[in-house]
Amino acid sequence: MVDHQLHRFTLPNGLRVVLAPDDTAPVVAVSVHYDVGFRSEPEGRTGFAHLFEHLMFQGSESLGKLAHFRHVQGSGGTFNGSTHQDYTDYFEMLPSAALERALFLEADRMRAPKLTEENLRNQVDVVKEEIRLNVLNRPYGGFPWILLPPVLFDTFPNAHNGYGDFTDLEQASVDDCAAFFDTYYAPSNAVLTVAGHLDVAKTTDLVHRHFGDVPARPTPVRPSFAEPVPTTELRGTHVDAHAPLPGIALGYRVPDPVTDLDAYLAYVVLSQVLSDGDSSRLPHRLVHGEALAIEVGAGCGLFQPLDTRDPDAFVATIIHSSDVEQARVLAAFDDELEILASEGPHVDELARVTARWTSALHGEHDRLISRTLAYGAFELLHGRAELSSELPELIGRVTVEHVAAAAKALRPDARAVLTVEPAASAGDAL
Amino acid sequence: MNTTTHRTAEQIGRTEAGPRPLPELGVARLDDPPVRLDVVLENGLRLIAVRQPSVPMVEMRMSIPFAGEAEQHSAVAELLATAMLTGTERRDRVLMDTDLAAVGADLRTVVDPERLRVSGSTLASGLDIFLDVVSDALTSAAYREAEVLGERDRLAERINVARSQPRVIAREALQRRRFGDHPYTREMPRAADVLAVEPAEVRLLHGAAVVPRGATMVLVGDIDLDRIADTVSRALADWHSDRSASVLPQLPLVSGGDLLLVDRPGAVQSQIRLSAQAITRLDPRFPSLQLANVVFGGYFSSRLVENIREDKGYTYSASSSFEYTPQGAVLDVDADTASEVTAAAVLEMRYELGRLGVVPPTKEELDSAREYLIGSLLISTASQGGLAGTLSGLASIGVPLDWLQAHPDRLRAVTPEQVGDAAREFFTPTAFTGVVVGDAETLAVSLRALGGVSLP
Repeated sequence: MVDHQLHRFTLPNGLRVVLAPDDTAPVVAVSVHYDVGFRSEPEGRTGFAHLFEHLMFQGSESLGKLAHFRHVQGSGGTFNGSTHQDYTDYFEMLPSAALERALFLEADRMRAPKLTEENLRNQVDVVKEEIRLNVLNRPYGGFPWILLPPVLFDTFPNAHNGYGDFTDLEQASVDDCAAFFDTYYAPSNAVLTVAGHLDVAKTTDLVHRHFGDVPARPTPVRPSFAEPVPTTELRGTHVDAHAPLPGIALGYRVPDPVTDLDAYLAYVVLSQVLSDGDSSRLPHRLVHGEALAIEVGAGCGLFQPLDTRDPDAFVATIIHSSDVEQARVLAAFDDELEILASEGPHVDELARVTARWTSALHGEHDRLISRTLAYGAFELLHGRAELSSELPELIGRVTVEHVAAAAKALRPDARAVLTVEPAASAGDAL
Repeated sequence: MNTTTHRTAEQIGRTEAGPRPLPELGVARLDDPPVRLDVVLENGLRLIAVRQPSVPMVEMRMSIPFAGEAEQHSAVAELLATAMLTGTERRDRVLMDTDLAAVGADLRTVVDPERLRVSGSTLASGLDIFLDVVSDALTSAAYREAEVLGERDRLAERINVARSQPRVIAREALQRRRFGDHPYTREMPRAADVLAVEPAEVRLLHGAAVVPRGATMVLVGDIDLDRIADTVSRALADWHSDRSASVLPQLPLVSGGDLLLVDRPGAVQSQIRLSAQAITRLDPRFPSLQLANVVFGGYFSSRLVENIREDKGYTYSASSSFEYTPQGAVLDVDADTASEVTAAAVLEMRYELGRLGVVPPTKEELDSAREYLIGSLLISTASQGGLAGTLSGLASIGVPLDWLQAHPDRLRAVTPEQVGDAAREFFTPTAFTGVVVGDAETLAVSLRALGGVSLP
């Protein structure tokens, strides 16, 4: 691995800082990860964490409504933010000459964002359009990340729709925003990451200068979102007005990714053995062999592996022809798991998984913004940004026996099965 | 909310020290462009290679002009791209993927009306094996009956899924609206046409059209530039043909006209797609037009986004961008909006088009657009994959590669007057045509009131 030396320190107000100098290109990336995601939003306020993410772009004490965008892009940079189950990130990537500007922008909104009624109403409209675009107006919208959790989980934090119901979004108030900010956006509840072309001493000074006087506030106590694993097969159905073909999402519980990382990684490797590439087991059998499915995928996490704390899920998705009965698809899927559970994968399969992980990680590290976000998320969730670089080695240590045991644990009587039903038979229309 | 005490929004938005000044930009570091090789191999393939060893990987982008006039071409081509990596004389489907995976490599193929693209990446240590698999696919893809028929069924199903996507429906409608029946518009074949393709037709097309002369291969990464031409020549020694790769004929120019309303019953959101004729990168007016486009809708801080998203909340995403067409370029202005505000959004889009010419970009707007374009070039070429994609894009439309290095200076030389001229010449509302896809029953009344829209 290319080993980028990491530097870390904590400001008196509690802000954790990770610096990762790398002189490859004259560009720099800055990210702030706040330790709050959509699992922490209150009942009756589904979608609030994401809505609030939008508001953080709408101005702060020193910056007018559209100034953040203008200053980043007008410096030659790009920006974005995203809301996950357990964290919310904000980031920009710019020519390194704009580093201080990026730190200034992030510090200003950490210190004093402008939370106004007008911006809130405007962003409720924008978020509703985002949901129409990504969920309501397209086939398989929210499949499986919105649709599977309510089948697999019981409690509100784990089961609810993180994009939000329109009625909840509309009821959000400016006072909700103030409470959310004061509770969760304390500097001691965040990690600042700066990577790329930077001087460590100078950047350390700049971080102190811009973030040093963000007032300290109490760090919120992080609740446990743990809940018992299913003791039976849980079923749910969703009728999709736009989908032409039936879909299945399977959800299983997995070990705690933070406290039991090695066990969790066995499931990550299992997912790759099952569905990464034409030589993997599920495409080989379900798609190319028996032609039971059009597409199959499997992976840890609703979005990506190692993106949450406990509880996380192993998720498989299958799109199949209406001519094939779901029971046949599931029988073949379960059979492949049983084969893996009893025989284990071949050692060559594990070597291939490691090689592909290694190269995927190189590719991710070569994209500065991806590397920065990985450092920030790993520092926040695991307290170790370095984990991002150590993964290929950890993945390489997963054995045949570990994967077999993981396959054995994915039991039909302890899982969620979500069925997507097409509303009407769609044809080769238009 | 669950907190007992918290500050008000007012209190949160103010500090004792008050607003602070924005820090100045520092001095940009200027790097020499990485060393590059650009040669035509004996078989006619153009090889572009750049050493950029930031990580021990190599990225490959290969582009083969792949035009066809025949009605069935897009169906055969699509099946070819889908089935190309399902086995060769020496390898079956599983072995191809197994060999690639062993060196951390991946390989994919995608086709459009202009080009077949073969792309992938590998650990640098596995470059020889990677190129061997690439060569194997190019020279002896087998298209075995069982594999092709299986892919054919799945492709037909996937096309049905894709055709239910609003953006696909909108894209097809726009292509027809502006280019009629030109082969460039045949981006996605019909499922029925795909199901009629025989494996033999795919093999025939591969032999005739998957050829090196006229194609380009870009390699970026941890490579030895002194040896790479040799390495590639040896790996692809069996790839040759008397034919040249097939280039699409020139497109008709886009002329302005009414928007066409395309009915998608029950849709809760509409796709607005406007388009006008533009110019290629080599035209002296291009930098001016590029800056005008950024100010109009080419980035988030543009007039269009600030108006219809940040001010009015009509849309999540609105954008204006260049699309490079055979021997030319067009402007695409896109927004997706809720049905009830669709007509209002079209009105605002037309307003902003007109305003760009009448109220030309200010110095502040231009400076911001210029920094953005220069910074974007820097960022898009900072990774191996980004640089490979950028070079492949330039090479495949015949732009000399040093265009990239010279472009920042070209952008700096543009005057506000030139941008104003470009805005007036290319952004006149009447120069645009396009489509609105949505629920006609909901949209008809307001779009009729707006005018300039043909209703079904």
